Amino acid sequence: MTDLPGYPSRRSFLKASAAGVAIAGVAGTAQAEATPQAPPLEAYEPAYFTPEEWQFILAATARLIPSEGNGPGAIETRVPVFIDLQLADDYGRADDWYMMGPHDPTAGADRGWQTPLNPAQLYRQAIPAFNAWCEAQYGKAFAVLDTAQQDAALTALQKGDADLGDELKIFFATLLANTKEGYFADPMYGGNHGMQAWVYIGFPGARAAYREWPTRHNIKYPLGPVSIKGERA
Amino acid sequence: MARQEAKKDVVIVGLGWTGSIMGIELAQEGLEIVALERGRDQHTVPEFKYPNQIDELKYGVRFKNMQHPAQQTVTVRRNLDETALPYRNMGSFLPANGVGGAGTHWNGHTWRPQEVEFHLRSYIRDRWGEQIIPEDMTIADYPVSYAELEPFFTQFDKVAGISGYAGNLNGQIREGGNPFEAPRSEDYPMPPHPATYDSAKFGEAARALGYHPFTMPAGIASTAYTNPYGMQMGPCNFCGFCERYGCYQYSKASPQTAILDALKRYPNFSYRTHAEVLRVEKSADGKTATGVTYFDEATQEEVFQPADIVIMSSYQLNNVHLMLVSGIGQPYDPATGEGVTGKNYAYQITGGTTLFFKDEIFNPFVGHGANATVIDDFGMNQNDFGALGFIGGSYLFSGTFNGQPIRSMPLPTGTAAWGAAWKEGIGEWYGHSMTIATHGSVMSYRTHSLDLDPTYTDRHGRPLMRMTYDWNDNELNMEAYLTGQIEKFVDFLKPDAVARGHKLPGAHYDVRPYQSTHNTGGHIMSETPDTGVVNKFSQVWGMHNVFACGAGNFVQNTQYNPTGLVGALAYHTAHAIRTQYLSNPRPLV
Repeated sequence: MTDLPGYPSRRSFLKASAAGVAIAGVAGTAQAEATPQAPPLEAYEPAYFTPEEWQFILAATARLIPSEGNGPGAIETRVPVFIDLQLADDYGRADDWYMMGPHDPTAGADRGWQTPLNPAQLYRQAIPAFNAWCEAQYGKAFAVLDTAQQDAALTALQKGDADLGDELKIFFATLLANTKEGYFADPMYGGNHGMQAWVYIGFPGARAAYREWPTRHNIKYPLGPVSIKGERA
Repeated sequence: MARQEAKKDVVIVGLGWTGSIMGIELAQEGLEIVALERGRDQHTVPEFKYPNQIDELKYGVRFKNMQHPAQQTVTVRRNLDETALPYRNMGSFLPANGVGGAGTHWNGHTWRPQEVEFHLRSYIRDRWGEQIIPEDMTIADYPVSYAELEPFFTQFDKVAGISGYAGNLNGQIREGGNPFEAPRSEDYPMPPHPATYDSAKFGEAARALGYHPFTMPAGIASTAYTNPYGMQMGPCNFCGFCERYGCYQYSKASPQTAILDALKRYPNFSYRTHAEVLRVEKSADGKTATGVTYFDEATQEEVFQPADIVIMSSYQLNNVHLMLVSGIGQPYDPATGEGVTGKNYAYQITGGTTLFFKDEIFNPFVGHGANATVIDDFGMNQNDFGALGFIGGSYLFSGTFNGQPIRSMPLPTGTAAWGAAWKEGIGEWYGHSMTIATHGSVMSYRTHSLDLDPTYTDRHGRPLMRMTYDWNDNELNMEAYLTGQIEKFVDFLKPDAVARGHKLPGAHYDVRPYQSTHNTGGHIMSETPDTGVVNKFSQVWGMHNVFACGAGNFVQNTQYNPTGLVGALAYHTAHAIRTQYLSNPRPLV
């Protein structure tokens, strides 16, 4: 290994690696595989989504974080699985939220979540409504549009040009937020498969121990991520 | 029919920072004390243990350490004509739930307000004249001075275990500290933390520009430490999971690390969790409280807890709500300016400019909640309000608190929010930026207030509390000025790209993005009973056995994070109860 300007010396790298191994040992004793086996998305049986919804989620997340270019996309990181599991869980039901009426979904976006729908209901109503908009605009449901049309349709949804009504107007923001959550959350929630999104940007995940690092200025941290369950990548 | 528990000397409502401080200080007097906590019990282990707590989705995004709006929330309107709507899921501010309260999930910024902030109205009057104070601005002097509180600030610094370097030690200005701070009688109990790359770059730029950089005073241990209660802390390892998380390694100052294990050893102290206080009960003549009624989650029934002294130490919003539903103090009416309970609600104004450097490496996951180099050159006592056209001050700082990628993903202005360009952007820019941020004061105004909502109720059938709040020109003008000052740093540091995230002139309060959990006022301190809810000892006017702790006491918000003043006021109150009240219970003013 040659020392490169801006990179840690071999010595500091080895020191940091040794520390990292010790820390990773705390996270879990099993030497889990970096990219564990998982059923292909086509074979995945959703916990919440209907088949029509699932096709939409696969197609929409694939445009929000596409596979082309540098870094993994939503499909390789299994973001659709994450969203499905979240909606089947307490997040989908808005268990923690204040959902008592009256509701005023006409309120401006800066008033926060004011639709009477919880996230699971929001997806359930918004997907057919958006597919109907795509049918009217392009003659096809979103999932079977070509990618350029899909990007245009999502842009229209983002800008409010594809108007699904007041109760559904928060759908795009919710879908985008959930997609990014699934991309970057710990893999135990079903997305960020193999910690690929963390590897891509250089986030060490649950290592959470950097005692020597505050004063190592402008030096790249050398260790890959660990997950909460102790997987490494 | 409510169940009734055996009478106690003291009942404490809410076991966060101030409940824990009051608990241990009064336990030392031998009083029989019970603390009632709405949420769960929480300990470093198992609730905050590694690696479970290192979970951005669960705690950072889904807020599992926080108060759940289903349990309690507020409604919000920006002006008196708007219909208030519920704050249905968490965004702008994050009240806590459970033992330790917000003291478990804070960032650890621990400040003392400047001397002038305690007598702000007089300071302005004497220096510029009252005519520069806008007509609707309801600022006043605190009924307590910095000098009176100094010993109690020092006490809180020692208990919490603050890391820093005094800039003004008994009047002597020391290079490397904050030269504009009020005089300290002692240095911080621990030395300051080392600076990360962003902090160091900011510090170098600040020195070159003629400012006075120093290290953020941090409620984060920089060394091994034992506090006056015998509680032990270990040095922080810069794990980058402070704000919104419990500390897994006994480094962040919290009731858990600083007080609770010592408090639990007193046989005259006990606490009950999942016990949500619904109201303070008043005596027939209304001049004292007889105790509190709470909802026992385990038995699903109301319980009356009689006590001789009631300590209201829940979060500021909840304290004010409890007062309003219990009939403590005359409710404030923003239309007329009459009344006191709910008056002078205030907040904090914050913003940031992010500087991107393509070829520099910042490792943003290496940090802690109070990791920053700061300048106070634009602080309250440095600003010429008359010339600048606003009343207020702010510190500027830079230092990474975390690099958690769901939330901490700054990108240059113009980067797409999704699609191939977004993905390219995160790969190019994650870990290649630093942010210079503002943290400014918010004055109090006639309409900014808290009252009971006419429409929405909580799960117990009580009205929700209604918040009326918006940004005023005074604060937005200050933010614009500060944004301009940060441009000097941009010019000096010459980044490859920039993103400016500051509230612009005309901005309205948006409840969605997190801004700060620095909600203040509503049961403010005052010289006289007609202008506030509590006296200088946090004792409720007209109900001498009720003491209300916390940021609800703030007459107007300061330019700093509130916990230092909250802690000092709690110790000041505990001292007054111990030395003046117990021997002769009465109004202390």
